[in-house]
Amino acid sequence: MAKFNLFSEDANKSPLARLWRKFKNNHPALVGLWVFIAFCILAATAPFLAPYGVNQQHSDALLLPPSWNEMGDVRFILGTDDLGRDVLSRLMNGATYTFGLSVVAALITTMIGVLVGTFAGISKGLRASFLNHLLDVTLSIPSLLLAIIIIAILGPGLMNTVWAIILALLPQFIHSIRNLIVDELGKDYVTAYRLDGASNWHILSRGIFPNVYEYIVVIFTMALSTAILDIAALGFLKLGAQPPTTEWGAILAENLGLIYLAPWTVALPGVLLFLAVLSTNLVGDGLRKVLQARKAD
Amino acid sequence: MQPLLKVQALSKTFNIRAGLFNRKKFEVLKNISFSIGKGETIAIIGETGSGKSTLAKLLVGAYSADSGQILLENNTIENNGQRDAQCRYIRMIFQDSATSLNPALTIAEMLDDCLKFNTDFDQAQRSEKIDSTLLKVGLLVDHQQYYPHMFSIGQLQRVALARALILDPKVVVLDEALSSLDPSVRAQIVNLLLKLQLETGLTYILITHHLSLVRHISDQLVVLNKGEIVEYGDTETIFQSPQSKITQRLLSC
Repeated sequence: MAKFNLFSEDANKSPLARLWRKFKNNHPALVGLWVFIAFCILAATAPFLAPYGVNQQHSDALLLPPSWNEMGDVRFILGTDDLGRDVLSRLMNGATYTFGLSVVAALITTMIGVLVGTFAGISKGLRASFLNHLLDVTLSIPSLLLAIIIIAILGPGLMNTVWAIILALLPQFIHSIRNLIVDELGKDYVTAYRLDGASNWHILSRGIFPNVYEYIVVIFTMALSTAILDIAALGFLKLGAQPPTTEWGAILAENLGLIYLAPWTVALPGVLLFLAVLSTNLVGDGLRKVLQARKAD
Repeated sequence: MQPLLKVQALSKTFNIRAGLFNRKKFEVLKNISFSIGKGETIAIIGETGSGKSTLAKLLVGAYSADSGQILLENNTIENNGQRDAQCRYIRMIFQDSATSLNPALTIAEMLDDCLKFNTDFDQAQRSEKIDSTLLKVGLLVDHQQYYPHMFSIGQLQRVALARALILDPKVVVLDEALSSLDPSVRAQIVNLLLKLQLETGLTYILITHHLSLVRHISDQLVVLNKGEIVEYGDTETIFQSPQSKITQRLLSC
């Protein structure tokens, strides 16, 4: 029989603790996680942290470059735009729209997706097919195009964008969740749990969800990076957030005419978008790798 | 002597998809009847696809039969597919104990759930029962806080046994439960099973390919072929003089 250390606290790790230990060793993913958390905090607290108001104009400081340039001013760390608005404050507030609303959209998608996917997974026959293929029509159109169609009907606006993105992401989500649930339901431990006298609710809450929620988080991060890009793209196309809303895509579009005169007003929102999507993908990818590694040992 | 478990004319048919709209009926078990007394062991052997595992799942209630009865101490617990859901006196140990335990729950949580679903014990009684059951199968009380991935295969089989025994069953079905173990661990588990049988009068239904094990621990033998019983009787008698061709072939290999 295998030897074991009876009183070692260290060895007595729950599956979640093992996941974290492996995740910690994946340094890019860990950095991604810190950046991700920083974005979350920024999205929640930007109005309090930002040094100036979003639409506060400084007529004495138009198109100032960032403060490290010799022309810059230390009052405006990342410079100002053509109306004398502080770029740093606008970008910080932009996190609330682009990143925060993407998180909200992805969360709503997750909730609806888990609900419908679970019902599709545990029901059988016609009802399962109906739930599973409820929104499949939308799979035939790319998510951005679908969002544009929905906006064409509802009219431009940030909230319409969010609804459009939720609708576009849902079908993939439902399919993934349903497949996860069906895979788990076929395993022996579910049969054994049922024979212990567990009801469907017990099987879901104690048996299946503790074993799949990490996978749901991975699907969530994929949905989130799509949502960020879609919200920014629609803002850029002037279909989503409208200026002077500080959504990053909208800021990009607004300042596009200044690209030669004041490149920082275009480059900085682009860099932030890049960081937001990169950190989300790093976390999701790291988590997926760790889950595979945990399954293997 | 009155038999503990009586199986009468049990049949099971599966619908199999044969083409787009056609469904073919496939009779997995036809007219299975046998009976076992308290503290005895019955072995079920047969080649792959003969319906052994289906029979095990019918007995514990994972599937319901199309027709036939299962009687436990003269109480009908299954009648033509109607299962008395309260009956937890027949428990099963799965082939692969590593997949039959929920990886997200500790051993204590798993056993506690078992007791919660089936008894009216309070917290103290439950934890006392968990302690005593773990000791009974040769584990330690400290193992309660362990997750399944922390055990070796032999220990996992003991945990699975603890899970079966915690409800004080009368019958334990072992579906290939000993096949995946290496010989020394298998010997340990077999000795444990025999000891428990002596102490508590458990009845085992052993489903296996392992003939020397069958000869070692079973009192009666059922030989299944294509869902039908081809031979049923005392183990030693069948081993000495197998009547049907199928049994002869099975025993000669």
